[in-house]
Amino acid sequence: MAYRHIGQETPRPDSADKAAGQAVYIHDFERPQMLHGKIKFAEQAHARIVDIDTSKAERLPGVKAVITAQNTPEVRIGFMRDNFALKRDKVRQFRDEVAAVAAIDPDIAAEAVELIEVTYEPLPGVFTPKEALAEEAPLIHETDPRGQPRENNRLDLRYHHESGDPHLGRQAAKYSVEGTFSTPLIQQSCMGTAGCVAEFDRNHHLTIWAKTQIPFLAQRDFIQMLGAIGLKERNCRVIVPALGGAFGTGLDTHAYEYISILLAWRTGRPVKVLYDREQEFSYLSPRQSSEVKIAQGCDENGKLTFRWVDVLMDNGAYTSWGATYPTVMMLPATSLYRVPNVYFDAKLVYTNNTYCQAMRGYGNPELNWALESNLDELAEVAGIDPLEMRRINCNRAGEITPMGLQVTTCGLRDCLESVSEKIEWTAKRRQGKRRGVGLASLFHVGGGGRIYRSDGSGLILKLDDFGNVNVYYGGVEMGQGLHSALSLGVAEALGVKPDKVFVNPTDTGTCPWDVGTHASRGAFMACNAAIKAAADLRRQIFTHAKSLFPKIVAKNLKRYQKKHPHYTAPDVDVAALVDRSTFEMRDGVVRLADAPDEPWLSVSLDTLLRGIHFRSQGEMLLSHVFYDPPNELPDFEKGRGNMSATYAYGVQGAEVEVDVETGEVTILRLVASHDVGRVLNPQTLKGQMYGALAQGVGYALYEEVCTAEGRILNPNFADYKIPTIAEMDFPIELDFIETDDDRGPFGAKGVGEPGLVPTAPAIANAVYNAVGVRIRDLPITPQKVLAALKRKG
Amino acid sequence: MTQIVSFVLNGAPVQVPADPHQRLIDLLRGPLHQTGTKEGCGQGECGACTVIIDGRPVNACLYPAPEADGTTITTIEGLGGDNTELSTIQRAFVECGGIQCGYCTPGMILSTKALLDRRPDPTEAEIRQGLAGNLCRCTGYVQIIESVKWAAERLRDKS
Repeated sequence: MAYRHIGQETPRPDSADKAAGQAVYIHDFERPQMLHGKIKFAEQAHARIVDIDTSKAERLPGVKAVITAQNTPEVRIGFMRDNFALKRDKVRQFRDEVAAVAAIDPDIAAEAVELIEVTYEPLPGVFTPKEALAEEAPLIHETDPRGQPRENNRLDLRYHHESGDPHLGRQAAKYSVEGTFSTPLIQQSCMGTAGCVAEFDRNHHLTIWAKTQIPFLAQRDFIQMLGAIGLKERNCRVIVPALGGAFGTGLDTHAYEYISILLAWRTGRPVKVLYDREQEFSYLSPRQSSEVKIAQGCDENGKLTFRWVDVLMDNGAYTSWGATYPTVMMLPATSLYRVPNVYFDAKLVYTNNTYCQAMRGYGNPELNWALESNLDELAEVAGIDPLEMRRINCNRAGEITPMGLQVTTCGLRDCLESVSEKIEWTAKRRQGKRRGVGLASLFHVGGGGRIYRSDGSGLILKLDDFGNVNVYYGGVEMGQGLHSALSLGVAEALGVKPDKVFVNPTDTGTCPWDVGTHASRGAFMACNAAIKAAADLRRQIFTHAKSLFPKIVAKNLKRYQKKHPHYTAPDVDVAALVDRSTFEMRDGVVRLADAPDEPWLSVSLDTLLRGIHFRSQGEMLLSHVFYDPPNELPDFEKGRGNMSATYAYGVQGAEVEVDVETGEVTILRLVASHDVGRVLNPQTLKGQMYGALAQGVGYALYEEVCTAEGRILNPNFADYKIPTIAEMDFPIELDFIETDDDRGPFGAKGVGEPGLVPTAPAIANAVYNAVGVRIRDLPITPQKVLAALKRKG
Repeated sequence: MTQIVSFVLNGAPVQVPADPHQRLIDLLRGPLHQTGTKEGCGQGECGACTVIIDGRPVNACLYPAPEADGTTITTIEGLGGDNTELSTIQRAFVECGGIQCGYCTPGMILSTKALLDRRPDPTEAEIRQGLAGNLCRCTGYVQIIESVKWAAERLRDKS
C-alpha cells in the first residue's frame, strides 16, 4: 500500500515553538494571584510523628497557609490506597510529606518550611526485601487500607503463571542454567522537573495543570479527593502543559499534586508546586529495583524445555502503578521464544526505601536482563552459538503463547538476521583482543496494553470553515512525537495536507477519554482512532458533496471560462457523474473518481464545508469516535489473557571493548533491529530509538540511585550519571522491519519502550564474549568487571 | 543591597534591579520574562539554562545577576529575526529531529550558536566537545549532532 504522508521523514509540529523557547512548560506557567507551595519532608526513614510545630512558619510574613494532616482532611492516594497526601501518625520513608506551606514567593515558602519543627520517635527500619520478609521484621504498614491488621510486609498483589509442567520440563532438559540477576533504582531523569498548578474557581470546581501521562485517571483521582475534603459533586479539569519528558513519571498522581490542591482550597488562590532537581531525585519515585531468579533449560538440539522465573521486588514504603510491573514481566517470561513449560511468580514487599513508580519498559528491561543473560549462559553450556539458540526457539506469526498472547505478526527472525549481518556476528564473535559482540531480543506489547478495565482512546476531529482539522485527543505529547504521528495519521486517513491538521492541548474539559499514554500505545491508539474518525468524516463530506458538488463546479466553470475565454469545456454531465462515480479527497481537494482531469472539476474542502455550513439548516462537521483495541484484561493471578492487540519484537547487538586494567567497558557500536509494523515517521521513530538506546546504555553501564538506610545519596547529575553526548560517541545502526500488522494503524505497532529493553543484556553478553566474565547485577561498572576478572584469574 | 544592572539583552539595552545573591536565570525568567531559558538542575550540570554572554556560553543558574552589568546577553528569544522566523540553527533542530520534549533545546541551541560562531566548520569531535555540558534525556544526541552539522553547512553557504 502506498501512502502519501505515512513513512515520510517529517519534522514534528511542536518543534518550532520548542526551538524558539516559546513552548510553555509548567515551570513557565503562571496564574494571577498565584502562590507557591513547598513541602516539608520527613528526612526520617521510619518514625512515629510525635508533634509538628508550625507556629513559627505561620508567623513568617508572606506565608498564606501551613497545612499538616492535623488541620486537613485525610487524603488517601495510590491505587492500593496505602499512601496519604500528608502523613499523620508515622513516616515510612525519607521523603514522606509531613507539612506544606503556601507563600507569595518560592523563597518565603522554602524559608517557612525550614521553620516547621517536627518531633519524631524513631522506629527500626527495613531496607531490603529480605529484611522485610524476615519473621520479626517491623511492619511498615500495621493495617491495610480497610483498617485490618497486616501480618507481614508482603503486598497483597499476586502475579503467577504456570503452563505445561515446569517440573517435568526441568527434568527433560539436557542442559539447564540457573542464576539471579538484579537491577538498581533508576531515576527517570526528565529534563523538566515535576510540578503543577492547582486552582479553584468560585463555584468550587478545580482546574489543575499537571505533568501527567494519565489526564483522565488523574481527573478521577482528584474528583475522589474532592469528595474526601467535602467537595462532593465538584468537577476537576486536568490540563497538560508542554512536558519536559515523562518516561513513566506521569502514570500516577502524586502527593505534591494533592498538596497543591489542599493549599489552593485553603487559600482560595492558585498554588504552584515545583520540584527542583535535587527534590526530583530525592522526592519523586524512581524505577523499581528488582531481583530475578531464573532457570532455563533445553534439549540436546537447543530447544527450550522450561523456564522458571521468581521475581522479588522492593516496593518501597507505598504503592504506585509501578507495583504492577510483573504484569509486563509476565509477557517475555512466558512468550519470548517458544517455551512449553513455564513457571512465573512475583512478590513485592514493603520496605522503608523510597517508593517506586513506572519507567519506560515497565518491568520488561528488568526481566529481559535476566532472561537474555541467562539464555547466553545456557547456550554456552549446551555448546550452541547464542544466535543459533535464538533462531532455534524463535517465535512465529500465528502462534498462541503459554500466556494466551496471540502473535499476529512476528519480525523476530528477520531482526535476528539483520543484527547478525550488521554486527558481523560470525567474524566478530572470535575476534579476541578483549573485544566481543553480544545480542539480545525483546518482546513487548505493541497494540495497547490492557492493564485497566478500558484500554480505549476517544478522539474528536472538528472541521472548520477554512478546511482546518482540529484534533482533540486525550493522550499526552511528552516528547515522544505523538502529535507528529497524529497529524500524519489524520492527514493520511482523511485526505488533507498535514499542515491543515492541528492537535489541540490535552485537556479533560475538551478531549474525550483516554486511559493514558503508557505501554507504547500512544501512536497505535491515536492513529487507529484517527482512521475511524476520518472514515466517518469522509462519509459525511461525500454525502453532502452529492448535492453541493454539481452547483459548486458549475460556478467554478463559469469563473474559469471568464478567465480563459478560449477554453472549451468537455461535455460533462456532472449530475450523472455524481450518481455513477465515487468521491475521493486528496490534499483537501474533493474530486470524482471517474471525472476527466479539468481544472474546474474539483472542489476544495473549505469551499465544500462553507457550503454545508452557510445555508438554511446548515451543519458543521465533526466526528467523535472511541477506539478500544481487541485485547483482554488478563487474569494476573493465573497469568492468562491476550493483553495487547499485537506485539513488538526486536533484537539489539553490541560490540564492546573491555579494558582489563581498569574494568571499563567501551561500546564500539550498537545495532538495533526492531519489528515496528510500519514506519509512520522515520524521523520521530529514529529519535525514539536513539533516545531509548541511550537510556539502555545508561541502564547498562552507569545509572544507579544509591541509598543508605533509605536516604538517597546521589540526588544530582554530578553523582547520578546519565549518558552525555561524550558517552554516546559510537556508531548506532538502526533497521526497521515492517511486518505490516493488520491491527496496527497503517500496519504500525507501538515502539515507545522497546528500544531500551534489550540493550543491557546485549552489552553484558558482549562483555562476556570479550573477556569471559558474566555480570549479573546492573549497572556493569568498572569495579564489578575488575572484581569479576580477578575472580576469574 | 539591590542594585540596578544594565546590559544588552537580545540587542536591546535593559536596566533592571537585582539582589547581590540573585542568579541570572531568575532575573531572566522573572522580571525580564525570558522563560525560554530553562532551569534543569540549578547546579551547572545540565546546560538547560545556557545563555550567551559576550560570545561565551554560560550557565545562567550559576551566574550572579549583578555580574551581568555591562555585558551583552543572548537568550533563545534573541535568536530569530524581528518577526516569528526561526534562525538557521533553530530551523536545523526542527528539520533534523533534534527536538523531542524540547526542555534542553534552548540551551542546546545556544551552545550550538556559541560553537558555530567560534568554529564555523566543526569536526564531529568538536561538536561533541561544544555540547558536552548539555544533557538530553530524550534524543540520544544523534539527531542533535545532525542538526548542528546541517546548521553549520547552511551558515557557511550563507557567508
